[in-house]
Amino acid sequence: MELVNLGIRSIFVDNMIFAYFLGMCSYLAVSKKVSTAFGLGVAVIFVLGFTVPLNWLIQTYFLNEGAMAWISADLATVDLSFLSFIIFISVIAAFVQLTEMAVEKFSPSLYNALGIFLPLIAVNCSILGGALFMLQRPYNFAEATVFGFSSGIGWLLAIVALAAIREKLKYSQVPGPLRGLGITFILVGLMSFGFLSFMGFSI
Amino acid sequence: MSTETIQAPVKRESLFSKKNRKLLSDPLDSNNPVSVQVLGICSALAVTVQMEPAFFMCLGLTFVTSFSNLFISILRNGIPSRIRIIVQLAVVSLFVILVDELLKAYAFDISQKLSVFVGLIITNCIVMGRLEAFAMANKPWPSFLDGIGNGIGYSAILMTMAFIRELLGSGSIWGFKVMEAVNISYLGNGVMMMPAGACILIGILIWAQRARNGYREEA
Repeated sequence: MELVNLGIRSIFVDNMIFAYFLGMCSYLAVSKKVSTAFGLGVAVIFVLGFTVPLNWLIQTYFLNEGAMAWISADLATVDLSFLSFIIFISVIAAFVQLTEMAVEKFSPSLYNALGIFLPLIAVNCSILGGALFMLQRPYNFAEATVFGFSSGIGWLLAIVALAAIREKLKYSQVPGPLRGLGITFILVGLMSFGFLSFMGFSI
Repeated sequence: MSTETIQAPVKRESLFSKKNRKLLSDPLDSNNPVSVQVLGICSALAVTVQMEPAFFMCLGLTFVTSFSNLFISILRNGIPSRIRIIVQLAVVSLFVILVDELLKAYAFDISQKLSVFVGLIITNCIVMGRLEAFAMANKPWPSFLDGIGNGIGYSAILMTMAFIRELLGSGSIWGFKVMEAVNISYLGNGVMMMPAGACILIGILIWAQRARNGYREEA
């Protein structure tokens, strides 16, 4: 039940986009068409869902103070937590690269759909953001996994919703200088107001 | 994204030649990284509730951008293009770790307020964007200046946002209660403190800047 609660909270209340603005760059750049937005969203769920638990394991068994005591007693005093950033980003970049190669080999059709988005994801703030939030909050392994996947789902929801609105926006008369980026930001702000209504929501 | 390259100068040019000064001043307005190139939005929105953390964020980002530009530019001929992203990430995260450790040591409460956003400088698109678009193709000194210029351009938008949000949101400037000082009873506007307010505010700023510069984008 706790896990379901955490999942719902990560999707709606602590939404990556509307509460923390993570992954804004690709969110704004790739939200012009619903189909491409959906492709990127699926890729984000996949990468976030696997890298957060992976980074959790590395943090817990290698980087925390005294975490390497399971290897040998000599290492019990080693504290490598200052290396978190560089390890996390390397794990993410390597995972993205591996996924790209695996998808290319085993499922060319999926590769054609997702291919161009995968390299973009390594520098998507929401992936590293997910890992860093996991570091700040005392999650256990199951919670970290649920947090990763549901944050990804929240991101997918946000980008598909924005893409749908922007498709309709083509038919409306927006003042010249406000077109494009300006109106998109105001839209995101209004959507964020909408998501505020989920505040305090729990099962 | 701009893809300017500088031709090799025939004679040795001075450190602050016209071209180099332009590298510093362009990102401030006509080629601003945040409002024109749409890079580094995440942190621009998230850390601007108060001016003080925003200022430290600007310092950190300017430092990271300029020095990683410098180092990548020095290394640019030795980096195989297939693995350049991971090399860039490694250099950037080195500087971000430095900034993070410094903040934790000398400004602990600021480091708490910025929380994950210091670490997220690694994936800040301004840093990666400038590395890809400029440092990979230019000499170290222009790249360093380009990094500083873009850092300042980012800071300009960030500090403007933080000023408006702090003033309207909690009626203070840099923690100082201006509204009380001039005897206006001001309750504070909750909307400005919220993420939604930040989005709408940056939308309006971009609108104003584009109306002035006459920049148009096809919707």
